[in-house]
Amino acid sequence: MSYEGFRLTGMPDVNEILVSAADLRKSYGDHEAVRGVDFEIRRGEAFGFLGANGAGKSTTMRMIGCVSQPSAGTLEVFGRDPRTQGAEIRARLGVVPQDNTLDGMLTVFENLVVYAGYFGIKRRAAREKAAELLDFVQLTARSKDQVNELSGGMQRRLAIARSLINDPELVILDEPTTGLDPQARHLVWERLFQLKHRGVSILLTTHYMDEAEQLCDRLVVMDEGRIIASGSPRELIDTHVTKEVVELRFGTAHTAELAALADTLDGVGAQIEPLPDKILVYTDDADDTNAALEIRDIHPTSVLARRATLEDVFLRLTGRALVEDEA
Amino acid sequence: MSVIAYSAARATLRSSGALLNRNWIAMRRAWILVISGAVESLLFLFAFGFGVGALVGDITLPDGTTVSYTAYVAPAILANAAMMAVLAETSINVFAKFKWMKVYDGILNTPLRPWDIALGEVWWALIRGFTYIAAFVVVMGLFGLLDSWWSLLAIPACVFIALAFAGIGLTLATLFRDWPDFDWMNAVVFAMFLFGGTFTPVEAYPAFAQPIVYIMPLYHGIELVRGISLGQLGPMMLVHIAYLMALCVGGMWIAQRRLARALYK
Repeated sequence: MSYEGFRLTGMPDVNEILVSAADLRKSYGDHEAVRGVDFEIRRGEAFGFLGANGAGKSTTMRMIGCVSQPSAGTLEVFGRDPRTQGAEIRARLGVVPQDNTLDGMLTVFENLVVYAGYFGIKRRAAREKAAELLDFVQLTARSKDQVNELSGGMQRRLAIARSLINDPELVILDEPTTGLDPQARHLVWERLFQLKHRGVSILLTTHYMDEAEQLCDRLVVMDEGRIIASGSPRELIDTHVTKEVVELRFGTAHTAELAALADTLDGVGAQIEPLPDKILVYTDDADDTNAALEIRDIHPTSVLARRATLEDVFLRLTGRALVEDEA
Repeated sequence: MSVIAYSAARATLRSSGALLNRNWIAMRRAWILVISGAVESLLFLFAFGFGVGALVGDITLPDGTTVSYTAYVAPAILANAAMMAVLAETSINVFAKFKWMKVYDGILNTPLRPWDIALGEVWWALIRGFTYIAAFVVVMGLFGLLDSWWSLLAIPACVFIALAFAGIGLTLATLFRDWPDFDWMNAVVFAMFLFGGTFTPVEAYPAFAQPIVYIMPLYHGIELVRGISLGQLGPMMLVHIAYLMALCVGGMWIAQRRLARALYK
């Protein structure tokens, strides 16, 4: 009899690895959605998967959530194998799917109580927990309403409350604020901050760089089924892009014209990136760049200097914008 | 080993019970639908049993005994009611929850497995079916169509019918692609109702048609319930029960396989 593996509760071990993947792959027929990814998620951290639509983020989440079988490679969640111990792992996870998957035949309160039942939580405890969580996501006033009567932001908050019903060790959120208006997004972020503050381990996917920057301690950037960079938001920016970015616009000049213009800018910054509607100049000092433009007698219609973001990291790494013409 | 088996059985019972609880809570607001289903089969009993029965009078069975036509038809209508109640619950309602309302997609992220979902839906269909059956048997009794207390065994007999069609309905729910597929199901169900031995003994059909009737699940259900209601027990009863149970288990197995394949992409 060995006592290894037993741990006192209430003493989170920050080095404990909750999820680890090595050369993890997933194929659907000929299409390889995830093409060999490696990562480790530790207890207590907020870990993000940043990438454009179709990068393989959601597929990876589904594999971690034990609702999709890996095609190849190894994956361990809580030290267990999702292939054979899916139900045990799911009992310790909280999942907020992209489309909420709330039960449209039940009220807000019933959604939580019924869901608690799926985890074997007794009725009385379930009702107490449901009331507490509705309070947490500020939906107590709507507890008797049908789910369909809620706004998109409220439905998402209810899905978050539902994911917490079993006091999960890891909460997985797939695109938690996609499709929400700015105010609703901030409410969701604020609740996720609260969770983080309470020491809940969070795993999220997003294609919003501001979301990743604000919420994630560590993240990986995914593109076409592969991880192309990883680190903290600050590390990623420091490693892959310059401190500042100058955005230049030239009236109505578009793709081809801008590409031609970009050739004349060689040397005004560390790197020049022509986009369909503007040119980005990566530079360590925006003032130097502005001076260089002045000297060459180049006069854009607008010049905007800003600090570099994860969006720029993504652009540098993939040559594509993260959110393409979403509005 | 038995400890493991016991705890696994307990977990399965608890998990499928959680789904039962979900259906109960969702249905509480829609009891009118349940009542309308029961009324429908009672109308059948009145129309065929008393309307047609009054014209036909008594009939002589293949073994020579004579019974009133109403007493002959009533058990078949009861078997039909059990089939319809359970089939509606499993096929149409499960299809709606599965493909339309995406209820199982939400359940997917919990410890429940497809097998628990299938089992939970069968429990639920049985409960709904049982309420119809019990109401029906009470009415049969009130109209003097039950010959003895033994006739109460018609209720457990109907449970076998309910189990068989719960399995069939679940499989259909996972096979169907869209609502028009239900028209095919209804056509087959109606054919079974008309030709599965409801109104005439199978022996009255031409020889080539008889094997087709023997395949029909409803035929075995009708024979089982009728045999018990008329007090004519025999070894064939065990064949009927075995056939119905095989459909139940086979149907559930296919359904949970298909649920797993559709949900665990």
